[in-house]
Amino acid sequence: MISDLFSVTVLVGILASGIRLSTPYLYAAIGETFGQKSGVLNLGVEGQMLLGSFAAFYVALTTGNLWLGLLTAIIVGALMGLAMAYVTVNLHAQQGISGIGFYLFGLGMSDLLFQKLMGTVETVKGFPEIHIPFLSDIPGIGKIFFSQNILVYLAYLLVPVAWFVLNKTTLGLKIRSVGENPDAADSLGVSVARVRYFTIILGGILSGVAGASMSIALLNVFQQNMTSGLGFIAVALVYFGAWRPIGVLGGALLFSLINSLQLWIQVLSIPIPSDLAVMMPYVVTILVLVATVSRVRAPSALTKPFERGD
Amino acid sequence: MSETDNLPSGRSRIHSLEMRGITKRFPGVLASDHVNFDVKAGEVHALLGENGAGKSTLMKILYGLYHPDEGEILINGKPVRISSPTDSINLGIGMIHQHFMLVPTLTVAENVALGLPSSRGLLTDLDVVSKRIVDLADIYGLRLDPSAYVWQLSVGQQQRIEIIKALYRGAALLILDEPTAVLTPQEVDELFVIMRQMTKDGHGLVFISHKLHEVVEICNRVSVLRDGKMIGTRPTSETTKQDLANWMVGREVGFAPDRGNVQRGEIRLKLEDVKCGSDRGTPGLRGVSLDIHAGEILGIAGVSGNGQRELAEAVTGLRKVISGKVTLEGGEITNLQPAEITERLLSYIPEERMKDGMIKDFTVAENLILREHHKPPYSNYGFLNLKNISANADMLIKKFRVKTPSQETMAKNLSGGNIQKIVLAREISRTPRVIIAAQPTRGLDIGATEYVREQLLEQRKLGTAIILISEDLDEIFALSDRIAVLYEGSVMDIVPRASATPQKLGMLMAGVHPENA
Repeated sequence: MISDLFSVTVLVGILASGIRLSTPYLYAAIGETFGQKSGVLNLGVEGQMLLGSFAAFYVALTTGNLWLGLLTAIIVGALMGLAMAYVTVNLHAQQGISGIGFYLFGLGMSDLLFQKLMGTVETVKGFPEIHIPFLSDIPGIGKIFFSQNILVYLAYLLVPVAWFVLNKTTLGLKIRSVGENPDAADSLGVSVARVRYFTIILGGILSGVAGASMSIALLNVFQQNMTSGLGFIAVALVYFGAWRPIGVLGGALLFSLINSLQLWIQVLSIPIPSDLAVMMPYVVTILVLVATVSRVRAPSALTKPFERGD
Repeated sequence: MSETDNLPSGRSRIHSLEMRGITKRFPGVLASDHVNFDVKAGEVHALLGENGAGKSTLMKILYGLYHPDEGEILINGKPVRISSPTDSINLGIGMIHQHFMLVPTLTVAENVALGLPSSRGLLTDLDVVSKRIVDLADIYGLRLDPSAYVWQLSVGQQQRIEIIKALYRGAALLILDEPTAVLTPQEVDELFVIMRQMTKDGHGLVFISHKLHEVVEICNRVSVLRDGKMIGTRPTSETTKQDLANWMVGREVGFAPDRGNVQRGEIRLKLEDVKCGSDRGTPGLRGVSLDIHAGEILGIAGVSGNGQRELAEAVTGLRKVISGKVTLEGGEITNLQPAEITERLLSYIPEERMKDGMIKDFTVAENLILREHHKPPYSNYGFLNLKNISANADMLIKKFRVKTPSQETMAKNLSGGNIQKIVLAREISRTPRVIIAAQPTRGLDIGATEYVREQLLEQRKLGTAIILISEDLDEIFALSDRIAVLYEGSVMDIVPRASATPQKLGMLMAGVHPENA
């Protein structure tokens, strides 16, 4: 029954898993924010996530070491980022198209490796919940905010850190100027290429972590195409959040809460067709984007390759 | 304490800078052919030349954006290596680019701090930067608020940021690339005051301009480039404007085109209290009324962004008129489709010729029939008549002296002057009743400018009504019969050319009525 949703236990459950599910969105979208702030649209996030997800899972499964798995995901993400940076910065490739290429590569490659190396779906014991002393004992609140795994806490820590780096450091100033007017940055001796390499590789790393957060912290399995469009929603979240980490956080929470609600609706067998419920986050993506996107201007140099001279 | 902790000054860093035998080849072009050029501390040295003469190439080499194939650069007699802007900045060379190198979404202080090491390590030190900006601004009389966002500032103020940026980095030698092109006469005067202060302080300045009277006014020496070669260098006191123009073009140049005597006819185009929006959502025109007569050129003066673009677009049907009325030869054309307005023989020479005036990836022949392509003789029942299109192209290329390898050449491969000739040929050859010409000579060199102006005067002689929108007051004076000044979307005043002076127009352009000043 729909009224089942309104018990305290269920609400706490929805909110707690909402917070937890926002982790991959946050990592991927914050990484994408850095890229877009510097003028690079990376549509390959989904592919980077899938490969990171598989890498983390496989290494964790075979070595039993979750941290080693996470590190592998970071390396894989960084390598994907490096390749993306080379293609878009040095070869001046059209960013949207090359991003789709990287997505398809990640999708295919993660599946191939999965088939070759594992073949069947297995599970690992993922990062455990860390109960923060005292705080986690607060009824409701404690369960929602203070009984999560390490990657959730780090994701939320990433938000203020990203804001700080973008707005209060010389590096952030360079990133913002490269995304708005790369010619100006270049004329002052800022290396546009170096800044973009940095942001794209950082984006790759965070996408890798986003993938790892799914396979070794949230779901603790790997299966083909397990991100199912989440990486693309992360790209949309950057627009939704108007290129600000705090806005991205708001968007990530919105979508993960809807996702969590949708899961609970299925768990509680509330009579809403499950197809409709599963569709919800995606429909909301489109609606929210339509309603918000024209509000704020994107970085002026977004998607434009930089070449010195006229 | 490092040197940069003190307020930078031009003194003693660069006594002389010399470029020797600079040669730069681009595929198919010798952009710079063994050029010698030098600047001394405390002087303004003008660099003159037509588009493509090699001024920008030479200065980009000096600033480290291009690398010369041959030649050397010496500072204070010692050879230096400049392979990037960072090198040139470190050597004390600063450049004020024609298109400002500013990030509009950042503040003045952030723009100045960009790329510099911070006193707080990884963190920005905008307070420190702001304080030094204010100190520097005081010395040179550049008023600026370091916390203002660049997009909020006027063009003149933005230029001051560029100057501060260079001075802040300790520039001893500044390259000013057409710094006056976008300024009002008052702002030009202010810039000259700043330039004089800088030379007094020991800075050397390179001044690039098309405007000869400015060169004569502010510069100590002048060098002229033509076709990549240095024609010569002379003290400004030993030259005249006419000499310089002839030198640049390589032939006699007519300065004041012959306007002839033309009888003004009936009203062709009438605007009554026209209001429209702008791209930023703010009012573009706030009730503009104008009459343009046959055989008359009405000049529209004003600082860019005061409604000029909106005026042209409202008349041509490209922008929705919110209220008011536009009539062409008695028939109302308010908010008609651009195609319908075109049918009534209104021609438009748009400001951004590469974007709005033509299709870059179409051939010359195709661009020449863009406006009439859908009807005979260029097409029948939807099929293009290639023979007639080609004949038309041959005819117009010849008549308008367009320099193009062939009529099949892509428009984007032509020079700015020849592209404008194509637009002009297309718009004029249909014997228009009214022409809207927006910045028709912007960015063109003296030769092409002369040609465009002659063509407009020729049209006036034929009885066409012409609106000439221009930020170049010389051009307004040279061509207009009457001059309307636009300020913040309103017509400040309409003055006959005979009673207009640059000072009077300058005040109107700044939004001040001379009587009230």
